[in-house]
Amino acid sequence: MEHILKLALTKAEEAEVFNLTDEEIPVEFESNRLKNIQSKQSTVIALRIIKNGRIGYAVTTDIEDSEKLVDMAVETAEFGMQAKYSLPPVQDYLPVQTYDPEIEGVTIEKMANLGQEMVDAVTKASPEIICDAGVSRHSASVTILNSNGLEAKCRSSLFGLGIGGTLVRGTDMLFVGDGQSSSRPILKTEEIIQNVLCQLEWAKEQAVIETKTMPVVFTPHGVESALIAPLASAFNGKMVLEGASPLKDKLGEQIFDSSFSLIDDATRDYQASSAPFDDEGIATRVTPLVNQGVAANFYYDLHTAALAGTQSTGNGNRSGGSLPGPGINALIIEPGKVTFEEMLADIKEGILVEHLMGAGQGNILGGEFSGNVLLGYKIENGKITGRVKNTMVYGNVYELLKNLTAIGSDSRWVSGSLNTPSIYCHSIAVSSK
Amino acid sequence: MPHIEEIAQNLKKLINNTDADYVEARLESNQSSRLSYRGRELETVAETTSTGGNIRVLYKGGWGFSSFNRFDKLETALARAREGARLAGNSQSNISFVEPVTLKGPLPEYDPRLISLKDKKELLDSYNQIMWQSAPLNTSFIGYGDSYKQTLFINTEGSFIDQSRADINLRISAVAGKNGDVQQSGISLGSTGDFEQLKGLENDVKEIADKAVALLKAPRAKGGEYTVVLDPILAGVFTHEAFGHLSEADFVYENERMREIMTLGKVFGWDKLNIVDSGIMPGLRGSYLYDDEGVATQKTYLIKEGKLVGRLHSRETAAAMGEKPSGNARTISYRHQPIVRMTNTYIEPGETTFEDMLSDIKEGIYVKNWYGGTTSMEMFTFSGGEAYMIRNGQVAELLKPVVLTGNLFTTLKNIDAIGNDLTMNQGGGCGKGGQSPLPVSNGSPHIRIQQCLIGGS
Repeated sequence: MEHILKLALTKAEEAEVFNLTDEEIPVEFESNRLKNIQSKQSTVIALRIIKNGRIGYAVTTDIEDSEKLVDMAVETAEFGMQAKYSLPPVQDYLPVQTYDPEIEGVTIEKMANLGQEMVDAVTKASPEIICDAGVSRHSASVTILNSNGLEAKCRSSLFGLGIGGTLVRGTDMLFVGDGQSSSRPILKTEEIIQNVLCQLEWAKEQAVIETKTMPVVFTPHGVESALIAPLASAFNGKMVLEGASPLKDKLGEQIFDSSFSLIDDATRDYQASSAPFDDEGIATRVTPLVNQGVAANFYYDLHTAALAGTQSTGNGNRSGGSLPGPGINALIIEPGKVTFEEMLADIKEGILVEHLMGAGQGNILGGEFSGNVLLGYKIENGKITGRVKNTMVYGNVYELLKNLTAIGSDSRWVSGSLNTPSIYCHSIAVSSK
Repeated sequence: MPHIEEIAQNLKKLINNTDADYVEARLESNQSSRLSYRGRELETVAETTSTGGNIRVLYKGGWGFSSFNRFDKLETALARAREGARLAGNSQSNISFVEPVTLKGPLPEYDPRLISLKDKKELLDSYNQIMWQSAPLNTSFIGYGDSYKQTLFINTEGSFIDQSRADINLRISAVAGKNGDVQQSGISLGSTGDFEQLKGLENDVKEIADKAVALLKAPRAKGGEYTVVLDPILAGVFTHEAFGHLSEADFVYENERMREIMTLGKVFGWDKLNIVDSGIMPGLRGSYLYDDEGVATQKTYLIKEGKLVGRLHSRETAAAMGEKPSGNARTISYRHQPIVRMTNTYIEPGETTFEDMLSDIKEGIYVKNWYGGTTSMEMFTFSGGEAYMIRNGQVAELLKPVVLTGNLFTTLKNIDAIGNDLTMNQGGGCGKGGQSPLPVSNGSPHIRIQQCLIGGS
């Protein structure tokens, strides 16, 4: 990597080499049986240069051919955007734990057993269900070198468990599922199994619902499917800079109910998306986005921060091998004090949303969510009475979080990058047929 | 770059030397470029080269798969795939027979690598300028990508297939905002590497900028059931999302209940409804000669005269269902295994003109353009880029974009008019099983659907 940096510096003012090497072993079950076992190895190198004040960028999988890589970067620099920033100098990083060597000791046989355990437990409870399940372990190492002396290295591990089941009756289809991930091996399947069995139990009966405005509780999965995409884009420094975020001039203002706090935090030990530095080598940190309902910060990468006249928040993200842009590390919605049971008990007629399908397709920038309830249940007099179908839930995140009724105490990680409790709102538009 | 032809020769010897039931290997070499704009500024110009491969082993019904982009440890890669298959295999291997093929396919007609970055940038610059001159926007986005990819496929049955393909895609969208409301409008198109097809969009670009601003003033549709008319772009997305995915046999073949739902001969719609998936249409992004399992592509009727008559297969799903493989096993890159995918999917044209389709609608919604769509097989939801009220047989006022949702089976039966104006849409791409975006195209004439649920306030 040093030689690429050296070679690039013969042609450019500044240079940065990013190297990601990873190995992944997914063990997959299809239709209730072990179906395939994979082993994936990959290495990718990205070169960013600043030449004549412009950014050049090239990516390759071929680590031998550094000349070609440098040539491509130089070619793109002729047309690249103006560099408004310098590559970062050496940083102090928090000691975030991202690697557990024990992950290497989990054998493929053990992974297959974990998958089988989940499949067996779910099919035992519901003999006609067809399950797909996956158990995977992943280890990666990232190295970033730049011409300002930065040298960042991080090794990380990731273990994931998940199961999804489809139950077909006539042309009616029910989808259930849950999963967990961590930097450490997850060797217990009980929680995932319990969650899936609970979904199956609640969905046993079908319930009819009218088209009207009613109380809605979003479970942690429901929050993820309905509310997160609009929030993640509204706090994205780039959206703010472009004026596309409805929050662009709202920092310091009360935008949501005072019970709502949201942070971005990549520093928790062994969390799936934790890392001491971002994809540009900037130290990660805890960034409050909403503090008791008040818009507190937006999140930035180097480039966007420079344009906005602020500092990177350690959110430089290179998804899909592209140039870094602002990206979420891990969103955490602070839990409230109301239990899930208390929320249900408060509702005479309403719905519990577990998965809203297609909610991210609407006008996300405007905060809108509108989706079909793929998995959700009717609440009657505080009790879940069955599954609702052919039902759409429509709302706007800004209105919803301003008028929310309660935040649950039942926080959990629903994906590697979101920790949230249930959220209860007393009036949301529901249409059904 | 490593020479994949040489590596293929080594791999050929290697894979023929195992005790597995079947082994195949793929090698791939890909060159791509990307330009993107946000707002007035050019944001990314990037070039990528990537070379990699994979080996897939079948043993006693279990698959082992190993992917790599270092070529110095092919034996290890094979051993890992072999070991995976051994651990997963516990029954009998069953893949349908196909004749071995030796082929060096024709080179693509167009090669986007020959277009200079300067030319690409000039065209996109001009579109960006038009957008910003047309209307007061908050921001805009232009994403351009092209690729040129060579793939080699070999297997233990003696196939050796060398194919190359070129692909271009372009998405342009304009974003306008006022008083916290943000609206966007966009176009999306693609080609099999022909850069010329991206030229001449000046009017379209102006239109999307104007449309984004107009949407701010547009009222919102009241949620509920409507008679809706879909334009060819959105009807194509509907066909792909709602029905196309359901006809992918991997959703069906190991699920008795799903097989019952998808029994061939079953009535799915009225007798004028014909739905086709065809990988042999020249010049479309979803077309190719052989799929990633070495099976020739074909034209497959999925629905003929309202009845289910076919589905899309890999070699494994075809064998399991006792049907013929259809050449639909595709992979997005060497990092992934081939899975059952669509090619170019469309509703065949009927006889109704657009005017006749509208004429007896008292109050309905006309939905145009594509924004996104997803399906859970039974239920689908998809979003239009723009919508209009239909009043007394006429297209009336502009509405804010709507999300349509429904049950596939009832919705297909509720199609009661099919236009005479089939148009194929080359924009976007398809995602499934973590593999996205795969080049496909879809199309339809205008269609009318009764009692379609629209989300709204």
